Amino acid sequence: MKLVTAILKPFKLDDVREALSEAGIAGITVTEVKGFGRQKGHTELYRGAEYVVDFLPKIKLEVAVSDAQLDAALDAIATTANTGKIGDGKIFVTDLEQVIRIRTGETGPDAL
Amino acid sequence: MKRMFSTLMLFLLAMGHAGITLADPATPTPDKGDVAWLIVATVLVTLMVIPGLALFYGGMVRAKNMLSLLMQVFVIFSLTAVLWVLYGYSIAFTEGNAFFGGFDKVFLKGVTPESMAATFSKGVVIPEYIYIAFQLTFSCITPALIVGAFAERVKFSAVLLFIIFWYTFAYLPMAHMVWYWAGPDAYTSAEAASAAGATAGFLFQKGALDFAGGTVVHINAGIAGLIGCILVGKRIGFGKESMAPHSVTLTMVGASLLWVGWFGFNAGSNLEANGTTAMVFLNTMVATAAATLAWVGAEWIMRGKPSMLGGASGAVAGLVAITPACGWSGPMGAIVLGLVAGSVCFWSVTSMKRAFGYDDSLDVFGVHGIGGIIGALGTAIVAAPALGGAGVYDYVANAVGEYDMKTQFISQLWGVGVALVWSGTISWIGFKLVDILVGLRVTEETERQGLDTTEHGETAYHM
Repeated sequence: MKLVTAILKPFKLDDVREALSEAGIAGITVTEVKGFGRQKGHTELYRGAEYVVDFLPKIKLEVAVSDAQLDAALDAIATTANTGKIGDGKIFVTDLEQVIRIRTGETGPDAL
Repeated sequence: MKRMFSTLMLFLLAMGHAGITLADPATPTPDKGDVAWLIVATVLVTLMVIPGLALFYGGMVRAKNMLSLLMQVFVIFSLTAVLWVLYGYSIAFTEGNAFFGGFDKVFLKGVTPESMAATFSKGVVIPEYIYIAFQLTFSCITPALIVGAFAERVKFSAVLLFIIFWYTFAYLPMAHMVWYWAGPDAYTSAEAASAAGATAGFLFQKGALDFAGGTVVHINAGIAGLIGCILVGKRIGFGKESMAPHSVTLTMVGASLLWVGWFGFNAGSNLEANGTTAMVFLNTMVATAAATLAWVGAEWIMRGKPSMLGGASGAVAGLVAITPACGWSGPMGAIVLGLVAGSVCFWSVTSMKRAFGYDDSLDVFGVHGIGGIIGALGTAIVAAPALGGAGVYDYVANAVGEYDMKTQFISQLWGVGVALVWSGTISWIGFKLVDILVGLRVTEETERQGLDTTEHGETAYHM
Protein backbone atom coordinates (compact mmCIF):
# COMPACT_ATOMS: atom_id res chain seq x y z
CA MET A 1 0.00 0.00 0.00
CA LYS A 2 1.13 3.54 -0.71
CA LEU A 3 0.23 6.95 0.61
CA VAL A 4 0.12 9.52 -2.17
CA THR A 5 0.43 13.15 -1.05
CA ALA A 6 -0.06 15.75 -3.74
CA ILE A 7 0.34 19.53 -3.58
CA LEU A 8 -1.98 21.17 -6.09
CA LYS A 9 -3.16 24.48 -7.38
CA PRO A 10 -6.47 25.06 -5.54
CA PHE A 11 -8.55 25.51 -8.66
CA LYS A 12 -7.45 22.08 -9.96
CA LEU A 13 -8.97 20.18 -7.02
CA ASP A 14 -12.33 19.37 -8.60
CA ASP A 15 -10.74 17.99 -11.78
CA VAL A 16 -8.33 15.85 -9.79
CA ARG A 17 -11.07 14.47 -7.56
CA GLU A 18 -13.13 13.50 -10.60
CA ALA A 19 -10.18 11.78 -12.29
CA LEU A 20 -9.38 9.86 -9.10
CA SER A 21 -12.97 8.66 -8.79
CA GLU A 22 -12.86 7.45 -12.39
CA ALA A 23 -9.66 5.59 -11.56
CA GLY A 24 -11.57 3.74 -8.84
CA ILE A 25 -10.18 5.55 -5.80
CA ALA A 26 -12.67 5.38 -2.97
CA GLY A 27 -11.69 8.34 -0.76
CA ILE A 28 -9.37 11.30 -0.40
CA THR A 29 -8.47 13.81 2.30
CA VAL A 30 -7.93 17.47 1.42
CA THR A 31 -6.28 20.27 3.44
CA GLU A 32 -5.81 23.93 2.58
CA VAL A 33 -2.14 24.66 3.01
CA LYS A 34 0.41 27.38 2.30
CA GLY A 35 3.91 26.98 1.04
CA PHE A 36 6.47 27.93 -1.51
CA GLY A 37 8.53 26.21 -4.14
CA ARG A 38 10.03 27.56 -7.31
CA GLN A 39 6.97 29.76 -7.89
CA LYS A 40 7.86 31.76 -4.76
CA GLY A 41 5.41 34.36 -3.38
CA HIS A 42 4.37 37.82 -4.48
CA THR A 43 4.58 41.33 -3.05
CA GLU A 44 1.67 43.34 -1.71
CA LEU A 45 1.78 47.09 -1.33
CA TYR A 46 -0.30 49.02 1.20
CA ARG A 47 0.17 52.79 1.12
CA GLY A 48 3.83 52.31 0.32
CA ALA A 49 4.46 49.58 2.90
CA GLU A 50 5.65 46.57 0.94
CA TYR A 51 5.05 43.06 2.22
CA VAL A 52 6.48 39.97 0.57
CA VAL A 53 3.97 37.18 0.75
CA ASP A 54 6.24 34.11 0.72
CA PHE A 55 3.62 31.46 1.10
CA LEU A 56 1.02 30.82 -1.53
CA PRO A 57 -2.23 28.97 -0.92
CA LYS A 58 -2.19 25.39 -2.16
CA ILE A 59 -4.23 22.24 -1.65
CA LYS A 60 -2.72 19.18 -0.02
CA LEU A 61 -4.44 16.01 -1.15
CA GLU A 62 -3.80 12.70 0.57
CA VAL A 63 -4.93 9.37 -0.81
CA ALA A 64 -4.11 5.85 0.31
CA VAL A 65 -4.02 3.29 -2.53
CA SER A 66 -3.21 -0.37 -3.04
CA ASP A 67 -0.06 -1.14 -5.02
CA ALA A 68 -2.21 -2.12 -7.98
CA GLN A 69 -4.01 1.22 -8.03
CA LEU A 70 -0.87 3.34 -7.65
CA ASP A 71 -0.01 3.99 -11.28
CA ALA A 72 -3.58 4.81 -12.24
CA ALA A 73 -3.85 7.21 -9.32
CA LEU A 74 -0.54 8.94 -10.05
CA ASP A 75 -1.46 9.26 -13.70
CA ALA A 76 -4.87 10.71 -12.87
CA ILE A 77 -3.35 13.38 -10.60
CA ALA A 78 -0.38 14.21 -12.81
CA THR A 79 -2.43 14.69 -15.96
CA THR A 80 -5.35 16.62 -14.53
CA ALA A 81 -3.31 18.93 -12.29
CA ASN A 82 -0.94 19.89 -15.05
CA THR A 83 -1.19 23.39 -16.50
CA GLY A 84 2.37 23.53 -17.77
CA LYS A 85 3.02 26.69 -15.72
CA ILE A 86 5.25 27.12 -12.71
CA GLY A 87 3.49 26.32 -9.42
CA ASP A 88 1.62 23.17 -10.51
CA GLY A 89 2.82 21.36 -7.40
CA LYS A 90 4.35 17.98 -6.59
CA ILE A 91 3.36 14.41 -5.81
CA PHE A 92 5.01 12.45 -3.03
CA VAL A 93 4.66 8.69 -2.68
CA THR A 94 5.44 6.89 0.57
CA ASP A 95 5.03 3.34 1.82
CA LEU A 96 2.01 2.71 3.97
CA GLU A 97 2.38 0.11 6.68
CA GLN A 98 -1.14 -0.37 7.89
CA VAL A 99 -4.68 0.83 7.31
CA ILE A 100 -7.62 0.17 9.64
CA ARG A 101 -11.25 0.95 8.93
CA ILE A 102 -12.49 2.07 12.29
CA ARG A 103 -16.14 1.03 11.86
CA THR A 104 -15.53 -2.63 10.95
CA GLY A 105 -12.01 -3.27 12.15
CA GLU A 106 -10.91 -4.39 8.65
CA THR A 107 -7.20 -4.00 8.01
CA GLY A 108 -4.79 -3.80 5.08
CA PRO A 109 -6.01 -3.42 1.45
CA ASP A 110 -9.53 -4.46 2.52
CA ALA A 111 -9.76 -1.27 4.53
CA LEU A 112 -8.98 0.95 1.56
CA MET B 1 -67.78 66.07 14.67
CA LYS B 2 -65.32 65.37 17.41
CA ARG B 3 -62.59 65.46 14.79
CA MET B 4 -63.78 68.82 13.49
CA PHE B 5 -63.76 70.15 16.99
CA SER B 6 -60.22 69.02 17.68
CA THR B 7 -59.07 70.45 14.34
CA LEU B 8 -60.61 73.75 15.32
CA MET B 9 -58.91 73.62 18.69
CA LEU B 10 -55.59 72.89 17.07
CA PHE B 11 -56.15 75.79 14.68
CA LEU B 12 -56.87 78.13 17.57
CA LEU B 13 -53.86 76.88 19.43
CA ALA B 14 -51.71 77.39 16.36
CA MET B 15 -53.11 80.90 15.98
CA GLY B 16 -52.31 81.61 19.58
CA HIS B 17 -48.78 80.34 19.12
CA ALA B 18 -48.29 82.33 15.94
CA GLY B 19 -49.65 85.36 17.74
CA ILE B 20 -46.92 85.08 20.35
CA THR B 21 -44.21 84.89 17.71
CA LEU B 22 -45.62 87.78 15.72
CA ALA B 23 -45.80 89.93 18.81
CA ASP B 24 -42.01 89.74 19.00
CA PRO B 25 -40.73 90.77 15.55
CA ALA B 26 -37.10 90.64 16.76
CA THR B 27 -37.27 86.82 16.83
CA PRO B 28 -37.32 85.51 13.27
CA THR B 29 -38.94 82.13 12.61
CA PRO B 30 -36.61 79.42 11.28
CA ASP B 31 -37.30 78.05 7.83
CA LYS B 32 -38.53 74.45 8.01
CA GLY B 33 -36.38 73.53 5.01
CA ASP B 34 -33.25 74.76 6.79
CA VAL B 35 -34.15 72.93 9.99
CA ALA B 36 -34.94 69.70 8.17
CA TRP B 37 -31.69 69.88 6.20
CA LEU B 38 -29.64 70.47 9.32
CA ILE B 39 -31.22 67.49 11.06
CA VAL B 40 -30.32 65.33 8.05
CA ALA B 41 -26.81 66.80 7.94
CA THR B 42 -26.29 66.03 11.63
CA VAL B 43 -27.33 62.42 11.05
CA LEU B 44 -24.94 62.25 8.09
CA VAL B 45 -21.98 63.46 10.14
CA THR B 46 -22.85 60.91 12.83
CA LEU B 47 -22.77 58.25 10.12
CA MET B 48 -19.28 59.43 9.14
CA VAL B 49 -17.98 58.48 12.57
CA ILE B 50 -20.10 55.46 13.47
CA PRO B 51 -19.60 53.32 11.56
CA GLY B 52 -17.77 55.18 8.73
CA LEU B 53 -14.51 56.19 10.37
CA ALA B 54 -14.53 53.12 12.64
CA LEU B 55 -14.70 50.75 9.65
CA PHE B 56 -12.25 52.80 7.59
CA TYR B 57 -9.71 52.51 10.40
CA GLY B 58 -10.69 49.02 11.53
CA GLY B 59 -10.18 47.50 8.11
CA MET B 60 -6.62 48.83 8.02
CA VAL B 61 -5.41 47.14 11.20
CA ARG B 62 -4.64 43.49 11.76
CA ALA B 63 -7.62 41.27 12.66
CA LYS B 64 -6.43 40.93 16.27
CA ASN B 65 -6.89 44.69 16.79
CA MET B 66 -10.11 45.24 14.84
CA LEU B 67 -12.40 45.69 17.84
CA SER B 68 -9.96 47.97 19.64
CA LEU B 69 -10.27 50.48 16.80
CA LEU B 70 -14.04 50.12 16.58
CA MET B 71 -14.28 50.58 20.35
CA GLN B 72 -11.99 53.60 20.50
CA VAL B 73 -13.99 55.42 17.83
CA PHE B 74 -17.38 54.35 19.25
CA VAL B 75 -16.60 55.30 22.83
CA ILE B 76 -14.80 58.54 21.95
CA PHE B 77 -17.91 59.53 20.03
CA SER B 78 -20.10 58.83 23.05
CA LEU B 79 -17.74 60.48 25.52
CA THR B 80 -17.27 63.72 23.60
CA ALA B 81 -20.98 63.91 22.78
CA VAL B 82 -21.69 64.16 26.51
CA LEU B 83 -18.77 66.54 27.17
CA TRP B 84 -20.04 68.78 24.37
CA VAL B 85 -23.35 69.52 26.02
CA LEU B 86 -21.85 69.66 29.53
CA TYR B 87 -19.29 72.39 28.74
CA GLY B 88 -17.91 72.02 25.22
CA TYR B 89 -20.54 74.02 23.39
CA SER B 90 -20.24 76.88 25.86
CA ILE B 91 -16.44 77.12 25.56
CA ALA B 92 -16.54 76.89 21.77
CA PHE B 93 -19.56 78.98 20.90
CA THR B 94 -20.16 81.65 23.49
CA GLU B 95 -18.44 84.99 23.83
CA GLY B 96 -15.33 84.98 25.98
CA ASN B 97 -11.85 86.03 24.99
CA ALA B 98 -10.33 85.40 21.57
CA PHE B 99 -9.16 81.90 22.54
CA PHE B 100 -11.76 80.51 24.94
CA GLY B 101 -15.46 81.10 25.07
CA GLY B 102 -17.31 81.64 28.31
CA PHE B 103 -19.24 79.44 30.72
CA ASP B 104 -22.64 81.07 30.12
CA LYS B 105 -24.10 77.98 28.47
CA VAL B 106 -22.49 75.29 30.61
CA PHE B 107 -25.02 72.42 30.89
CA LEU B 108 -26.78 74.26 28.03
CA LYS B 109 -28.12 76.75 30.56
CA GLY B 110 -30.84 78.93 29.11
CA VAL B 111 -31.22 77.03 25.85
CA THR B 112 -34.87 76.30 25.05
CA PRO B 113 -36.74 75.14 21.94
CA GLU B 114 -37.30 78.84 21.25
CA SER B 115 -33.56 79.70 21.33
CA MET B 116 -32.23 80.51 17.90
CA ALA B 117 -28.72 80.44 16.45
CA ALA B 118 -27.45 82.67 13.66
CA THR B 119 -26.62 81.39 10.18
CA PHE B 120 -24.59 83.07 7.44
CA SER B 121 -27.52 85.11 6.18
CA LYS B 122 -28.92 88.14 7.90
CA GLY B 123 -32.31 87.52 9.48
CA VAL B 124 -32.11 83.75 8.95
CA VAL B 125 -31.94 81.61 12.08
CA ILE B 126 -32.04 77.95 13.03
CA PRO B 127 -33.07 76.41 16.35
CA GLU B 128 -30.12 76.47 18.69
CA TYR B 129 -30.73 72.84 19.69
CA ILE B 130 -30.01 71.54 16.21
CA TYR B 131 -27.03 73.87 15.88
CA ILE B 132 -25.68 72.37 19.12
CA ALA B 133 -26.30 68.84 17.85
CA PHE B 134 -24.69 69.57 14.47
CA GLN B 135 -21.58 71.08 16.06
CA LEU B 136 -21.53 68.19 18.55
CA THR B 137 -20.86 65.73 15.75
CA PHE B 138 -17.85 67.79 14.61
CA SER B 139 -16.45 67.80 18.11
CA CYS B 140 -16.90 64.01 18.20
CA ILE B 141 -15.26 63.10 14.91
CA THR B 142 -12.14 65.21 15.48
CA PRO B 143 -10.75 63.36 18.53
CA ALA B 144 -11.76 60.04 16.96
CA LEU B 145 -9.57 60.82 13.94
CA ILE B 146 -6.47 60.93 16.14
CA VAL B 147 -6.55 57.29 17.29
CA GLY B 148 -5.48 56.00 13.87
CA ALA B 149 -1.99 57.37 14.41
CA PHE B 150 -1.15 55.13 17.37
CA ALA B 151 -3.44 52.22 16.57
CA GLU B 152 -2.60 48.69 17.68
CA ARG B 153 -0.47 49.61 20.70
CA VAL B 154 -2.15 52.00 23.17
CA LYS B 155 -4.14 51.37 26.31
CA PHE B 156 -7.85 52.06 26.01
CA SER B 157 -7.78 53.98 29.30
CA ALA B 158 -4.90 56.13 28.04
CA VAL B 159 -6.80 56.96 24.87
CA LEU B 160 -9.87 58.13 26.81
CA LEU B 161 -7.87 60.21 29.29
CA PHE B 162 -5.89 61.86 26.53
CA ILE B 163 -9.04 62.60 24.56
CA ILE B 164 -10.70 64.36 27.52
CA PHE B 165 -7.62 66.56 27.92
CA TRP B 166 -7.09 67.26 24.24
CA TYR B 167 -10.80 67.89 23.61
CA THR B 168 -10.93 70.49 26.35
CA PHE B 169 -7.69 72.31 25.61
CA ALA B 170 -7.21 71.83 21.86
CA TYR B 171 -10.52 71.15 20.11
CA LEU B 172 -12.71 73.60 21.98
CA PRO B 173 -10.33 76.58 21.79
CA MET B 174 -9.54 75.92 18.11
CA ALA B 175 -13.26 75.80 17.31
CA HIS B 176 -13.70 79.06 19.24
CA MET B 177 -10.73 80.75 17.57
CA VAL B 178 -11.86 79.84 14.05
CA TRP B 179 -15.64 79.78 14.14
CA TYR B 180 -16.96 81.96 16.92
CA TRP B 181 -18.46 85.24 15.76
CA ALA B 182 -21.42 87.37 16.72
CA GLY B 183 -23.36 86.40 13.58
CA PRO B 184 -24.17 88.39 10.44
CA ASP B 185 -26.92 90.52 11.96
CA ALA B 186 -24.35 92.40 14.07
CA TYR B 187 -22.63 93.65 10.91
CA THR B 188 -24.87 96.61 10.19
CA SER B 189 -22.21 99.26 9.63
CA ALA B 190 -18.41 99.51 9.54
CA GLU B 191 -18.33 100.57 13.22
CA ALA B 192 -20.75 97.86 14.29
CA ALA B 193 -18.73 95.37 12.28
CA SER B 194 -15.47 96.25 13.99
CA ALA B 195 -17.16 96.15 17.40
CA ALA B 196 -18.68 92.75 16.60
CA GLY B 197 -15.43 91.54 15.04
CA ALA B 198 -13.54 92.28 18.24
CA THR B 199 -15.65 89.69 20.08
CA ALA B 200 -14.92 86.96 17.53
CA GLY B 201 -12.33 84.20 17.83
CA PHE B 202 -8.64 84.90 17.29
CA LEU B 203 -8.34 83.31 13.84
CA PHE B 204 -11.71 84.63 12.75
CA GLN B 205 -10.34 88.10 13.47
CA LYS B 206 -7.22 87.23 11.47
CA GLY B 207 -9.51 86.56 8.52
CA ALA B 208 -8.65 82.86 8.29
CA LEU B 209 -11.28 81.02 6.25
CA ASP B 210 -12.28 77.53 7.31
CA PHE B 211 -15.69 76.56 6.02
CA ALA B 212 -16.15 73.12 7.55
CA GLY B 213 -13.07 72.41 9.61
CA GLY B 214 -9.80 72.14 7.69
CA THR B 215 -7.91 73.66 10.61
CA VAL B 216 -10.31 72.94 13.48
CA VAL B 217 -10.83 69.29 12.56
CA HIS B 218 -8.12 68.00 10.26
CA ILE B 219 -4.89 69.88 10.98
CA ASN B 220 -5.86 69.85 14.63
CA ALA B 221 -6.29 66.05 14.71
CA GLY B 222 -3.46 65.41 12.25
CA ILE B 223 -0.75 67.08 14.33
CA ALA B 224 -2.08 65.47 17.51
CA GLY B 225 -1.74 62.11 15.79
CA LEU B 226 1.81 62.84 14.71
CA ILE B 227 2.88 63.84 18.22
CA GLY B 228 1.09 60.78 19.59
CA CYS B 229 2.69 58.23 17.30
CA ILE B 230 6.14 59.68 18.01
CA LEU B 231 5.65 59.68 21.80
CA VAL B 232 4.00 56.25 21.92
CA GLY B 233 6.66 54.78 19.66
CA LYS B 234 6.57 52.32 16.81
CA ARG B 235 4.62 49.09 16.83
CA ILE B 236 6.64 45.99 17.66
CA GLY B 237 7.93 44.59 14.40
CA PHE B 238 7.28 47.81 12.45
CA GLY B 239 9.04 47.56 9.10
CA LYS B 240 9.90 43.90 9.66
CA GLU B 241 6.67 42.00 10.18
CA SER B 242 3.64 42.16 7.93
CA MET B 243 1.13 44.70 9.16
CA ALA B 244 -1.09 44.48 6.12
CA PRO B 245 -4.71 45.63 6.51
CA HIS B 246 -6.92 42.72 7.49
CA SER B 247 -9.84 43.91 5.38
CA VAL B 248 -9.47 46.49 2.64
CA THR B 249 -13.11 45.65 1.90
CA LEU B 250 -14.25 47.17 5.21
CA THR B 251 -11.91 50.11 4.65
CA MET B 252 -13.64 50.75 1.34
CA VAL B 253 -17.04 50.53 3.04
CA GLY B 254 -15.82 53.00 5.68
CA ALA B 255 -14.37 55.41 3.13
CA SER B 256 -17.63 55.35 1.20
CA LEU B 257 -19.63 56.10 4.34
CA LEU B 258 -17.23 58.96 5.02
CA TRP B 259 -17.76 60.28 1.50
CA VAL B 260 -21.56 60.13 1.80
CA GLY B 261 -21.54 61.54 5.33
CA TRP B 262 -19.24 64.35 4.32
CA PHE B 263 -22.08 65.98 2.38
CA GLY B 264 -23.62 66.62 5.77
CA PHE B 265 -20.29 67.78 7.15
CA ASN B 266 -19.55 70.28 4.36
CA ALA B 267 -22.92 71.22 2.91
CA GLY B 268 -24.45 71.16 6.39
CA SER B 269 -21.85 73.67 7.53
CA ASN B 270 -23.66 76.32 5.53
CA LEU B 271 -26.43 75.95 8.17
CA GLU B 272 -29.07 76.71 5.55
CA ALA B 273 -30.46 74.97 2.49
CA ASN B 274 -29.68 77.41 -0.31
CA GLY B 275 -27.52 78.03 -3.36
CA THR B 276 -24.26 78.07 -1.43
CA THR B 277 -25.22 74.73 0.11
CA ALA B 278 -25.69 73.32 -3.38
CA MET B 279 -22.31 74.68 -4.48
CA VAL B 280 -20.63 73.16 -1.42
CA PHE B 281 -22.32 69.85 -2.19
CA LEU B 282 -20.98 69.77 -5.74
CA ASN B 283 -17.49 70.89 -4.66
CA THR B 284 -17.39 68.06 -2.14
CA MET B 285 -18.37 65.56 -4.80
CA VAL B 286 -15.87 66.55 -7.49
CA ALA B 287 -12.88 67.29 -5.24
CA THR B 288 -13.18 63.80 -3.75
CA ALA B 289 -13.52 62.17 -7.14
CA ALA B 290 -10.48 64.10 -8.43
CA ALA B 291 -8.36 63.17 -5.41
CA THR B 292 -9.27 59.50 -5.83
CA LEU B 293 -8.14 59.64 -9.45
CA ALA B 294 -4.94 61.47 -8.49
CA TRP B 295 -3.93 59.01 -5.75
CA VAL B 296 -4.75 55.92 -7.81
CA GLY B 297 -3.01 57.43 -10.85
CA ALA B 298 0.12 58.36 -8.88
CA GLU B 299 0.23 54.87 -7.41
CA TRP B 300 -0.22 53.26 -10.81
CA ILE B 301 2.63 55.27 -12.28
CA MET B 302 5.00 55.07 -9.31
CA ARG B 303 4.29 51.56 -8.02
CA GLY B 304 2.89 49.77 -11.02
CA LYS B 305 -0.52 48.89 -9.60
CA PRO B 306 -3.63 50.93 -8.72
CA SER B 307 -4.95 49.71 -5.34
CA MET B 308 -8.31 49.83 -3.60
CA LEU B 309 -6.65 51.07 -0.41
CA GLY B 310 -5.14 53.84 -2.53
CA GLY B 311 -8.57 54.71 -3.91
CA ALA B 312 -10.11 54.88 -0.44
CA SER B 313 -7.18 56.93 0.88
CA GLY B 314 -7.36 59.32 -2.07
CA ALA B 315 -11.06 59.91 -1.49
CA VAL B 316 -10.46 60.81 2.16
CA ALA B 317 -7.55 63.11 1.21
CA GLY B 318 -9.83 64.92 -1.22
CA LEU B 319 -12.61 65.23 1.35
CA VAL B 320 -10.14 66.67 3.85
CA ALA B 321 -8.70 69.20 1.42
CA ILE B 322 -12.03 70.52 0.16
CA THR B 323 -13.40 70.88 3.70
CA PRO B 324 -12.01 74.38 4.46
CA ALA B 325 -12.46 75.60 0.88
CA CYS B 326 -15.87 74.22 -0.09
CA GLY B 327 -17.85 77.38 0.71
CA TRP B 328 -15.70 79.70 -1.38
CA SER B 329 -14.30 77.55 -4.18
CA GLY B 330 -15.93 76.90 -7.51
CA PRO B 331 -16.22 73.33 -8.84
CA MET B 332 -13.15 73.69 -11.10
CA GLY B 333 -11.09 74.97 -8.17
CA ALA B 334 -12.37 72.01 -6.16
CA ILE B 335 -11.12 69.59 -8.81
CA VAL B 336 -7.67 71.21 -8.80
CA LEU B 337 -7.57 71.09 -5.01
CA GLY B 338 -8.58 67.42 -5.11
CA LEU B 339 -5.90 66.54 -7.65
CA VAL B 340 -3.19 68.27 -5.60
CA ALA B 341 -4.37 66.70 -2.32
CA GLY B 342 -4.57 63.21 -3.80
CA SER B 343 -1.06 63.27 -5.20
CA VAL B 344 0.66 65.13 -2.34
CA CYS B 345 -0.97 62.96 0.33
CA PHE B 346 0.14 59.86 -1.60
CA TRP B 347 3.67 61.22 -1.43
CA SER B 348 3.34 62.05 2.28
CA VAL B 349 2.24 58.56 3.37
CA THR B 350 4.85 56.81 1.26
CA SER B 351 8.05 58.80 0.74
CA MET B 352 7.75 61.39 3.54
CA LYS B 353 6.74 58.89 6.22
CA ARG B 354 9.56 56.55 5.23
CA ALA B 355 12.11 59.39 5.21
CA PHE B 356 11.28 60.34 8.83
CA GLY B 357 10.59 56.81 10.01
CA TYR B 358 7.66 57.49 12.38
CA ASP B 359 4.92 54.88 12.68
CA ASP B 360 1.72 56.81 11.96
CA SER B 361 -0.19 53.52 11.64
CA LEU B 362 -3.18 54.72 9.66
CA ASP B 363 -1.66 57.96 8.32
CA VAL B 364 -3.61 60.47 10.36
CA PHE B 365 -0.95 63.11 9.80
CA GLY B 366 -0.20 62.07 6.23
CA VAL B 367 -3.83 62.36 5.16
CA HIS B 368 -5.56 64.70 7.64
CA GLY B 369 -2.60 66.88 8.59
CA ILE B 370 -1.10 67.28 5.14
CA GLY B 371 -4.48 67.25 3.37
CA GLY B 372 -5.76 69.86 5.84
CA ILE B 373 -2.77 72.12 5.23
CA ILE B 374 -3.20 71.83 1.45
CA GLY B 375 -6.89 72.65 1.82
CA ALA B 376 -6.37 75.56 4.22
CA LEU B 377 -3.69 77.22 2.10
CA GLY B 378 -5.41 76.27 -1.15
CA THR B 379 -8.57 78.01 0.05
CA ALA B 380 -6.83 81.35 -0.50
CA ILE B 381 -6.25 80.43 -4.15
CA VAL B 382 -9.49 78.71 -5.12
CA ALA B 383 -11.67 81.30 -3.36
CA ALA B 384 -10.50 84.01 -5.77
CA PRO B 385 -13.39 85.14 -7.99
CA ALA B 386 -10.86 85.54 -10.83
CA LEU B 387 -10.26 81.77 -10.61
CA GLY B 388 -13.93 80.83 -10.52
CA GLY B 389 -14.24 81.08 -6.73
CA ALA B 390 -17.18 82.63 -4.95
CA GLY B 391 -15.08 85.24 -3.12
CA VAL B 392 -15.71 86.33 0.44
CA TYR B 393 -18.97 87.98 1.43
CA ASP B 394 -18.77 91.44 2.98
CA TYR B 395 -21.58 91.68 5.57
CA VAL B 396 -21.34 95.46 5.79
CA ALA B 397 -21.65 96.08 2.04
CA ASN B 398 -24.02 93.07 1.76
CA ALA B 399 -22.17 91.89 -1.33
CA VAL B 400 -19.09 89.87 -2.26
CA GLY B 401 -16.12 92.03 -1.32
CA GLU B 402 -12.82 92.83 -3.01
CA TYR B 403 -10.52 89.81 -2.98
CA ASP B 404 -6.80 89.99 -2.35
CA MET B 405 -5.20 86.58 -2.63
CA LYS B 406 -1.96 87.53 -0.90
CA THR B 407 -3.72 88.93 2.18
CA GLN B 408 -5.96 85.91 2.30
CA PHE B 409 -3.00 83.55 1.97
CA ILE B 410 -1.34 85.20 4.99
CA SER B 411 -4.58 84.82 6.95
CA GLN B 412 -4.64 81.13 6.01
CA LEU B 413 -1.01 80.75 7.13
CA TRP B 414 -2.08 82.11 10.51
CA GLY B 415 -4.75 79.44 10.72
CA VAL B 416 -2.38 76.62 9.79
CA GLY B 417 0.41 77.86 12.07
CA VAL B 418 -1.78 78.35 15.12
CA ALA B 419 -3.42 74.95 14.66
CA LEU B 420 -0.06 73.20 14.36
CA VAL B 421 1.56 74.95 17.31
CA TRP B 422 -1.47 75.00 19.63
CA SER B 423 -2.63 71.45 19.05
CA GLY B 424 0.95 70.18 18.87
CA THR B 425 1.79 71.68 22.27
CA ILE B 426 -1.43 70.55 23.96
CA SER B 427 -0.98 67.08 22.52
CA TRP B 428 2.58 66.81 23.80
CA ILE B 429 1.51 67.88 27.31
CA GLY B 430 -1.51 65.58 27.17
CA PHE B 431 0.43 62.48 26.15
CA LYS B 432 3.11 63.14 28.77
CA LEU B 433 0.48 63.59 31.51
CA VAL B 434 -1.37 60.43 30.56
CA ASP B 435 1.89 58.51 30.36
CA ILE B 436 2.64 59.52 33.96
CA LEU B 437 -0.90 58.76 35.14
CA VAL B 438 -1.68 55.39 33.55
CA GLY B 439 1.03 54.73 30.93
CA LEU B 440 0.37 55.10 27.21
CA ARG B 441 1.44 51.77 25.93
CA VAL B 442 0.32 48.19 26.46
CA THR B 443 2.88 45.54 27.39
CA GLU B 444 4.76 43.71 24.68
CA GLU B 445 2.85 40.52 25.41
CA THR B 446 -0.49 42.33 25.08
CA GLU B 447 0.59 43.94 21.85
CA ARG B 448 1.66 40.61 20.37
CA GLN B 449 -1.59 38.97 21.39
CA GLY B 450 -3.67 41.84 20.05
CA LEU B 451 -5.77 44.42 21.87
CA ASP B 452 -9.15 42.79 21.20
CA THR B 453 -8.78 39.90 23.62
CA THR B 454 -6.48 41.64 26.10
CA GLU B 455 -8.15 45.06 26.38
CA HIS B 456 -11.73 44.23 25.50
CA GLY B 457 -12.11 40.50 26.16
CA GLU B 458 -13.62 39.65 22.79
CA THR B 459 -12.69 38.67 19.27
CA ALA B 460 -13.82 40.35 16.06
CA TYR B 461 -14.24 37.22 13.99
CA HIS B 462 -15.20 33.67 14.91
CA MET B 463 -14.61 31.51 11.90
